[in-house]
Amino acid sequence: MKKCMIRFFWLLIIIPNVLSAQEKITTDNWLSSPGIIGTFTLIAIVLVIAIVILFVKLNGYVDTIKRKQIDKNRIAFDDDLVAMEEGEIDAILERRKSALKYKLTGNELAGDDEVSDEKGLLQRIDNDPDNAFFDEKKKTSLSLETPEELKKIVIYYIGAATLWLVLGTLVGQYLGMKFLWPEMDSQSWLSFGRLRPVHTNMVFWGWSSLAMIGLGYFVIARTSNVKIYNYKWAWYAWGLINATVILGSLCLMAGINNGGGEYREYIWPVMLLFAIGLVITFINFYKTVATRKISEIYISNWFILASLIWTIVLAIIGYLPFYQNGLGETVIQGYYMHQGVGMWFMTFTLGLVYYFLPSALNKPIYSYSLGVLAFWTQMFFYTMIGTHHFVFSPLPWWLQTVAIVFSAGMFIPVVAGTTNFLMTMKGSWNHITKSYVLPFFLVGTIFYFVGSTQGSLQAFRFTNYVWHFTDFNVAHSHMTMYGIIAFFLWASIYAILPKLTGKEPSQVFVGAHFWLAFIGLFAYMVSLMAGGTYKGLSWIEGEPFIESVILMKPYWVWRAIGGSLMLASHLVFAYNFYYMVKDYRRVKPSTQTKNVEEITAQ
Amino acid sequence: MFNFHKDHKNLVLTAGAVFIALSIVVAILPAFQMQETEPIPNEKPLTDNERKGLHVYVTENCMACHTQQVRNIAMDNVWGDRPSIPSDYFYSKKRLDLWRQSPSVLGSERTGPDLTSIGERQPSEDWHLLHLYNPRAVVSESVMPSYPWLFEEVDSVSLQKDDKIVAVPKEFLNKPGKKIIASEEALQLVDYLKSLQQTELPSGNFGDFIPALEKIQTEGMSDGNQSGKLDGAKLFSQACAACHQETGKGVIGAFPSLVGSDIVNDENSEQLIRIVIQGYDARTDYGVMPPFGDQLSDAEIAAITTHERSSWGNNAPEVTEEDVKKIREFIATELNQ
Repeated sequence: MKKCMIRFFWLLIIIPNVLSAQEKITTDNWLSSPGIIGTFTLIAIVLVIAIVILFVKLNGYVDTIKRKQIDKNRIAFDDDLVAMEEGEIDAILERRKSALKYKLTGNELAGDDEVSDEKGLLQRIDNDPDNAFFDEKKKTSLSLETPEELKKIVIYYIGAATLWLVLGTLVGQYLGMKFLWPEMDSQSWLSFGRLRPVHTNMVFWGWSSLAMIGLGYFVIARTSNVKIYNYKWAWYAWGLINATVILGSLCLMAGINNGGGEYREYIWPVMLLFAIGLVITFINFYKTVATRKISEIYISNWFILASLIWTIVLAIIGYLPFYQNGLGETVIQGYYMHQGVGMWFMTFTLGLVYYFLPSALNKPIYSYSLGVLAFWTQMFFYTMIGTHHFVFSPLPWWLQTVAIVFSAGMFIPVVAGTTNFLMTMKGSWNHITKSYVLPFFLVGTIFYFVGSTQGSLQAFRFTNYVWHFTDFNVAHSHMTMYGIIAFFLWASIYAILPKLTGKEPSQVFVGAHFWLAFIGLFAYMVSLMAGGTYKGLSWIEGEPFIESVILMKPYWVWRAIGGSLMLASHLVFAYNFYYMVKDYRRVKPSTQTKNVEEITAQ
Repeated sequence: MFNFHKDHKNLVLTAGAVFIALSIVVAILPAFQMQETEPIPNEKPLTDNERKGLHVYVTENCMACHTQQVRNIAMDNVWGDRPSIPSDYFYSKKRLDLWRQSPSVLGSERTGPDLTSIGERQPSEDWHLLHLYNPRAVVSESVMPSYPWLFEEVDSVSLQKDDKIVAVPKEFLNKPGKKIIASEEALQLVDYLKSLQQTELPSGNFGDFIPALEKIQTEGMSDGNQSGKLDGAKLFSQACAACHQETGKGVIGAFPSLVGSDIVNDENSEQLIRIVIQGYDARTDYGVMPPFGDQLSDAEIAAITTHERSSWGNNAPEVTEEDVKKIREFIATELNQ
């Protein structure tokens, strides 16, 4: 811990020096600027991980083929036998017959006891386990005894979230296509300006938020070893948040926009519903934790409770009018839009990972203290960095510098979190091929490191010089909100839903979901990053603006292709969800009723 | 002391209190401070119509693709003569109404060009209206949405006297034979766009742009020994091509063609230079051309007109900086009389 703190102060001293070196801006060797090199490295990391996963899978496939080859050799051997002389065969047969006469009595090991699987160790007997195309994954082995009410809450929260995910990304895909065919329609309520915030807000408040809270209910109850304080409140909040998204989207399409600040486009009466929903959720979670039956507050609950209280404060500050005229609004906008991502989505989701990752691996988190360090640094650093969205703007230079310095400081919570997750996975790497949950966690963790670090690099003045205002920002936000948040949420959903409903989705479809989403995201972000860089360089060169529009067109095509894959993956996910929850009440809670894991006090 | 691991009350209170304290320091106090700015002495408040136009701007969420901030870096110099300062936003960034906050006009993405001084760059109402009706009618590569709901299609018979007719080229009309008239919102929006100009600071020029290294080198050269060789083609595409198009062919029914034009090809360049300096509104079948005298220097006008007279098959003698200077002086005396 002490060592950590020393390193941390050392970093704080070093960072401003590194940054001030950034101030002299030249573009002649932009390729060798630290920010750009860093970003390339980060993208390479993702690519390498993808290749490794792919390689492991291919390896399995090759093994199967090898085995088939062995079978073939055996047949060839049989043919040889047929071709043999009679006398030879007789001799061999004679020898074989006498060998076969030797018989075990059959009870050398077990004595006379009857064979039976009393401990329920065998779950399934398969006569053909070698599917050439899809690795056999481990089945979910436990079913958890969970109160019916809690099950229903988790399922309905995730269900609504899934609906918003599909709808929100459908809108996103439509917007992406408008870059290629701007004349697709001429309806005012479908125009780009009005629809863009519909997409962003729908996936923010509809998909991510509802899924997070739904999973949060499970984590809070489970780690506190009590029932949720008030089930009814959970339903009120569910209704309020869904109402927010419905009303907000309708308002935006009707042209009622709060003022165009990103993620602040819902007008206050609509956002008020969301805020009330959060307050209810917070009280419910807090009271549940307060009545916990174990003395320690598990680290997940730190993150979840704090993210709720921070977001409530954030919504209030973001919407209060007293300091929002002139550039006051701009200061708040930077603060709000970054904290919306950092204090709400990131913090809450990290809380979920601290529970679901170790539980999926059936082992404790690597370091509890590292989690605590990540928690406090998340609060200190993330809060300060909003203005990095307005570098070189008319906002005060000192505010911009603070934002840049603390953006660099974000390395600390990010490295702490990533290390913790990877070290927890260490020793269980072979589970990646065996589990359909872990690849989601692994990709989420990698993107947590890559996306956040890339964001810090992007805040530097030089990188900002090239990338600000370009499509690179869009790539970054998808890398984080999708690569981190959505992948972690899917991991958590696949980890817990089968245990609640007793129905596992088809592994082929989970695999399809994973690969479509991953490849789609990769195509999406790499195309926009490359295009965004060329766009920025074109501006620096002083070319006419329209040139930068023309040069983007091929990259927008690739973006749309990536987006289509992502949308397709969400349809698969929606089907998987449907499959998991359909008729779940009729599914017997468990086939091995004696062995249900009981919630036990410590 | 605080035992966060076991005391949930302390944990939540501490996390909340520290966050609030940090938020006050990094957001609320600076916001209050930024709100205290005053307008530049000669900054014009928005007129009633312009303010309504700003509301249309917010309704259609133009901020999703257009910024309004000239950053203090060299590449932004094309969007304004000086970096934006907080006072620039004194009149536009006020709370819209009870329901909606001060608009986020600074924006965060430039899918389309910055609009800080669009009113200076493009003062023509006709251009703006046609561009809103269908951007591809004037900029063929544009990916901006068209806004047909800000316009009405009417029969020529039912035209009212004060209707503003938009000169839409035939191929962009949905139904042939109809006239397109601008709605009140469209006119208000254009009023707002035309009002977007940088106010000159009383102290003359302000703040410098952080230069890009390459820029300095090339600029140093063109400012010094090569000032006579301005790139007419580039200037044309920045100042004129929006209406007359890169091909010089204009937009039939809206902006006249320069190809083979008598005025452009006239041996005597006087009328051509006059039109560029003073604007032109002599032909009812085309939109009004705004004056460019204040925006372009003599050398720039000479370069542009020379480019026009020697491109697309046009063939007329070069225009020199001297010619333009003479005509500018002549116009000045004319006006004084």
